[in-house]
Amino acid sequence: MSQDLIRYCLATADNALILGQRNAEWCGHGPVLEQDIAITNISLDLIGQARLFYQYAAELIGDTDEDKLAFLRTEREFNNVLLVELPVNDWSYTTLRQYFFSQYQQLLFEQLSRHSDPQIAAIAQKTKKEVDYHVTWSRDWVIRLGDGTTESHERIQYALTDWWGYTGELFKATDYETSIIGTLLTDIYTKWHEAVEATLQEATLLMPEKTFMHQGGKSGIHTEHMGRLLAEMQYMQRTYPNSQW
Amino acid sequence: MKSSFIIKQFYGDIPDAGSGNQTSNHAASKNDWPLWEVFIRSKQGLDHKHVGSLHAADAQMAIENARDVYTRRMEGVSIWVVESKHIHASNPDDAGSFYEPAKDKIYRHPTFYDLPDELNHM
Repeated sequence: MSQDLIRYCLATADNALILGQRNAEWCGHGPVLEQDIAITNISLDLIGQARLFYQYAAELIGDTDEDKLAFLRTEREFNNVLLVELPVNDWSYTTLRQYFFSQYQQLLFEQLSRHSDPQIAAIAQKTKKEVDYHVTWSRDWVIRLGDGTTESHERIQYALTDWWGYTGELFKATDYETSIIGTLLTDIYTKWHEAVEATLQEATLLMPEKTFMHQGGKSGIHTEHMGRLLAEMQYMQRTYPNSQW
Repeated sequence: MKSSFIIKQFYGDIPDAGSGNQTSNHAASKNDWPLWEVFIRSKQGLDHKHVGSLHAADAQMAIENARDVYTRRMEGVSIWVVESKHIHASNPDDAGSFYEPAKDKIYRHPTFYDLPDELNHM
């Protein structure tokens, strides 16, 4: 149980941290100043969530801390889904991925806020409000781009086709997830699908057909992009151990 | 023709007339998002105060942008946005006739009242 709880906290933190790191790549490159700030705000929110879960995991593990967990674990030790680690240089891809992920987080944290583990419940309650905003913001963009110009529609339709195959892993429960949250993922999948369907319809986008679902991240098998991301993110701490900002 | 959306002025550049971060008379291109003025109420009971401006495609986006740009450090509890073109300003050249006549009319100030201490924000 305790080992599962630790893995669950780490995996939840990893999802947030890695997406935060990916979104932060927009810093200084956003399409307009206001959106540059919006996406980096979301990055900071995600990294804040990651910290809460890492801190709890560190407490359970003992003799470690949040920084070690974030900066000194290796690729195979990260359990984030593949969806969050893939590199992106198109705004439609970023906003759509954010929507898929935030919609998932919103439904998950709503349930986790009633979890029997008081610490998990407290973290979920605290972070749910910011996730609500992430859903609003990213959903607006999906609709804006989908129901926008010919070009924006085309781009986000491509994004949808590409991302769809990475959404299945979010709901495919691993042993450590089942141990901590039971069949919750099956329940929220139905709600997630309904919400996404409504959004895509409003965005005049075509719902993708059933497709092959990529997976592996949850058990530490990552894409070739993960190593580079970690190299960049962990470089400072590995080169100058215990350096302080 | 430079891209009209964001004209960057790098350090060391010598500004051409009409380029860079200065007010110019160029009509906004059709692809530009309109400018919005942002007003924030910092807490209940206070007025909305002008805090700055930003670009957005429509009112909804303007409010969200204002949330992200101007309320990151808990500055507000309520946001108003209004498209800048709807604001009409007085002409600085009129300053003489507009404001100076009030200067010597101190009897217009309600300075004769003692305000109770509980009355804040007057």
